[in-house]
Amino acid sequence: MISGFFIFNQKGEVLISRLYRTDLKRSVADVFRVQVVSNTDVRSPIITLGSTSFFHVRVANVYVLAVTKCNTNAALVFEFIYRFISIAKSYFGKLDEEAVKNNFVMIYELIDEILDFGYPQNSEIETLKHYITSESVRSETALRDDSKIAAQTTGSTSWRRTGIRYKKNEAFVDVVEVVHLLMSASGTVLRADVTGQVLMRAYLTGMPECKFGLNDKVVLQNARRAEGETYEAGTVELEDAQFHQCVRLNMFDTDRSITFIPPDGEFELMRYRAESSVHLPLRIQPIVTEVGKTHVDYTIAVKANFNTKLSATEVVIRIPTPLNTTQVDCKSPAGKAKYVPAENLIRWQIPRIQGGSEVTLSATASLTQTTDRKPWQRPPIDVDFQVLMFTASGLLVRYLKVYEKSGYNSVKWVRYLTKANGSYQIRF
Amino acid sequence: MNLSRAAPKKGENFELRSDLNSEYRDRRKDAIKRVIANMTVGKDVSGLFPDVLKNMQTDDLEQKKLVYLYLMNYAKTQPELVILAVNTFVKDADDPNPLVRALAIRTMGMLRAEKIIDYLSDPLQKCLRDENPYVRKTACLCVAKLYDLKPELAIDNGFIGQLQEMVSDSNPMVVANAITALTDIHATAVLNATESSPAPLQANFIITPQVLGKLLIALGESSEWGRVALLTCLARYKAVDEKESEHICERVLPQFQHVNGSVVLAAVKVMMVHMRHLTREDLVKQIIKKMAPPLVTLVSSAPETQWVALRNINLLLQKRPDILQNEMRVFFCKYNDPPYVKLEKLDIMIRLAQEKNVDTLLSELKEYASEVDVDFVRRAIKAIGQCAIKIESSAGRCVQVLLELINTRVSYVVQEAVVVMKDIFRKYPHNYEGVIPTLCANLDELDEPEAKASLIWIIGEYAEKIDNASELLGVFVDSFLEEAYQVQLQTLTAVVKLYMKKPESAQGVVSKVLETATKDCDSPDVRDRAYIYWRLLSTDPNAAKAVILATRPPITLAQTTVPPVILEELLGEIGTLASVYHKPAETFVGRGRVGADAVHRKIEGQEDEAIREKALQTLVAGQQAENLLDFDEAVAGEDQPTGLAATTAAVVQSSAGHKVLTSANPLDDLASLFGSSSLATPTQAPAPSPMSPPASMFPSVPSAAPLSNGPAVPSKPQEDLLGLF
Repeated sequence: MISGFFIFNQKGEVLISRLYRTDLKRSVADVFRVQVVSNTDVRSPIITLGSTSFFHVRVANVYVLAVTKCNTNAALVFEFIYRFISIAKSYFGKLDEEAVKNNFVMIYELIDEILDFGYPQNSEIETLKHYITSESVRSETALRDDSKIAAQTTGSTSWRRTGIRYKKNEAFVDVVEVVHLLMSASGTVLRADVTGQVLMRAYLTGMPECKFGLNDKVVLQNARRAEGETYEAGTVELEDAQFHQCVRLNMFDTDRSITFIPPDGEFELMRYRAESSVHLPLRIQPIVTEVGKTHVDYTIAVKANFNTKLSATEVVIRIPTPLNTTQVDCKSPAGKAKYVPAENLIRWQIPRIQGGSEVTLSATASLTQTTDRKPWQRPPIDVDFQVLMFTASGLLVRYLKVYEKSGYNSVKWVRYLTKANGSYQIRF
Repeated sequence: MNLSRAAPKKGENFELRSDLNSEYRDRRKDAIKRVIANMTVGKDVSGLFPDVLKNMQTDDLEQKKLVYLYLMNYAKTQPELVILAVNTFVKDADDPNPLVRALAIRTMGMLRAEKIIDYLSDPLQKCLRDENPYVRKTACLCVAKLYDLKPELAIDNGFIGQLQEMVSDSNPMVVANAITALTDIHATAVLNATESSPAPLQANFIITPQVLGKLLIALGESSEWGRVALLTCLARYKAVDEKESEHICERVLPQFQHVNGSVVLAAVKVMMVHMRHLTREDLVKQIIKKMAPPLVTLVSSAPETQWVALRNINLLLQKRPDILQNEMRVFFCKYNDPPYVKLEKLDIMIRLAQEKNVDTLLSELKEYASEVDVDFVRRAIKAIGQCAIKIESSAGRCVQVLLELINTRVSYVVQEAVVVMKDIFRKYPHNYEGVIPTLCANLDELDEPEAKASLIWIIGEYAEKIDNASELLGVFVDSFLEEAYQVQLQTLTAVVKLYMKKPESAQGVVSKVLETATKDCDSPDVRDRAYIYWRLLSTDPNAAKAVILATRPPITLAQTTVPPVILEELLGEIGTLASVYHKPAETFVGRGRVGADAVHRKIEGQEDEAIREKALQTLVAGQQAENLLDFDEAVAGEDQPTGLAATTAAVVQSSAGHKVLTSANPLDDLASLFGSSSLATPTQAPAPSPMSPPASMFPSVPSAAPLSNGPAVPSKPQEDLLGLF
């Protein structure tokens, strides 16, 4: 259980402080300031002093801190802190010092709602938004709603209230995949896997029963066996799948069917991980040679390895340079390449690469003389990109069925996006 | 506190006061917000208590919440004024709006003023039976709050009995909160119990098979946090037979798919507890197979959560090394991982190292050895040594990699590599002598005591094969008094070894070193050892040979870093701080400095045989440690001058960085106080005695802990040696 919840700014000033149990004094804030904020070398996210433990997470320019005095569930505390962060981001658009200062009343209201006596309570963003709002004066008519909200918050479908109506029933499904790649200098793939999210925005009337189908290998294999037909390619093997609390886990466990009553609005339906047959959208071939002690030559080739109709956008390639680089001469036919001395790298930005095409950067970095005989460490090249309508795992949404008592028709939209954000690394 | 009672005529509080009493609603509310803002930054606004209180009666829910927030903070300092608020609370607890009712009951429990508590019983009674589940679930926790403040009141009013009934509530969230409250009360009761006043019977939360049924039903429908509470409860339950354990495992299995990492870990905990009773091989296999993917998924979560997961995976692997057999690649470090995650991943990779993946691992480790973070680089090099010791067939390749690293001539890389080479020589005594010239060539590079001591040990060990051994050692003999004690000890031993092997060339050095060590050295350890050698050499050269050149037992890589009994206990605590630190809870939470009370209570208490056994072990270990205390203190204190200031932080660091051998030792607290892990290991190794030559190289080197650094001299010669006196 959490005894105290705090938010600090970078200087160690308390922005939010809320004690939930009596075993704590307000002065623990000072201990945290000394141990973490003013300590440059913090080597653990949990610090235990005596029997007081400090769990902290740093976001933007604030620290979010939970303090406990017992053998707490550490996993739960961090999950809770991250939940708070996402709630705050959803409410205020961001979580930083400014947002906290401008909304401190609301934050107190929120943390009192989601944490009682140190135990996390309902923390579904969509539900919270129904009764913790910025409009302050409440009329008598709100009373009926409040009763309903209160009942719904605790019900077995705590994530959805009854009586939702839409003129046009729509559901949007976004499949977002993040590719993790670690490639060795010799070009072998050390690690390539995909973590995916299925995000849904449901604007559906009533209490719709949804059934969601993917080209999951296990499901399709079972179906094939049942129907006696052969189902060849186009399946994907999921290593693991995790679901929003609205999904009936028991059903998934028995026959891998994904059924649920969705929350209203936006939510993360599912998270998954795939490792086999990951299709890498960008191939990077770096040739980096150190010419004596004065120059480093770079030739970086990028090949877009997907359908020619698609294209990779917002491509940013960060190519490290030695610490003693003075200037870099870049030549590239596509995009802009620039040396960023502060970060010791060449930043090569390409707005768009068409599928199947290839672009090359050649650059020369000039070095100053140095007495440091330690060789250059060569941190990995790092690539960010986005490819729309493409999944690296090959995952496809086969169907989304919606059943509701009133039997309305609904429109469904599916989008796919594959991206990398600091997770696509090539050693050289 | 009460300074402002005398109503100052100006200043911020004065302005606030007039605003709080303003006739305009907006102005009053704004003033309350400012009061809360002042309260947050630590300014004393307790003087405004009556003025804030006036604003409590309002339809504006937000304003009400703010006033309540203020009350919760200052009720304790103004107990007589809180009474004024009671009426509003009682009225609010009867409000038609369930949110207001819940708010009132939630706040009343937090006021912590004796006077108001007496007024709490009636509204609480009502709220526990409220028709609205939101109010009921809030009331559940209020009972726990009440118990925390005035246990007898909660018991006398039958609130606890009522909670137990509410476990059968139709609403899953009420069930979850009732369970949470009961667990909390149970914990408080156990904590507060003393010899003279044992925990009241009513506060005991016993999970009966009926309760179990309710828990399993509520599990599927509960909110994520509720699930964690329910699963934690399930882990405490003692199954009556194997069939019941099977049933629990089957029902909990789907929870592995939950998106919340703490639910997954709580489910793993339940599995680890109840799997102990399973005999059906296929079911165990199935569970293990299903456990791996969600654990791997946790490794790609946010760094902090990831770290907690990694620490737990480390623990799980000690019990079941087969869980993640084929998943080593997942643990490859990313360049931008935070250091604590990297170190933990490294540890896990070593655990997963096998013949078939060792090549990939080695090239990965070599890559890490060129990174910037010195700590991490050292650990990576150490890991190469651990690989060599764990997998014999890979030792040759490991040595090759180490040689390549030594050739980079980066100072700390070379030093660490030398230390690691020493361990490899210990394990495979005569396999890699070809490396020695390269090592000796780097003698001048070394400036850290541990690296120096290691190289000196190697020279002494292979003195007969190194032509210029006496010359090399001579350098250290010349600078003998300037060296650290561990270097002095090693120099002493190495020179004596050299003398035994090549008497003709070492005559001069040996007498010089013995003389310096006995006359001018101020460390009793060094002096004592020198005297022993001297006497041995002068009385019986054969006995000296038997002692000094004895073959040492080979070292092995410990499969577990915690003793089996503790491991079992920790597996029942998966996800908690104890599992993160790999230490039983009473070593870091507990009222006394030494958690002996807690241990004692556990023996007294109801719990099972394992704990009794553990506790006994603890006491024995404690006694041993106590004997050792006097004498390790000096050594540890000198080597780790971090001292008291770094006390508890050291616990964290050591658990993050190194595998610290933990024992069931109530003195662990004290051990970390001296910043050394040597105290924490009395159960593993006999006392690190100053007269076991190579051993004294290790005791104050906590980072060497994973290699079982017992005294290298077998106990037999040690006894002989004692007989000599």
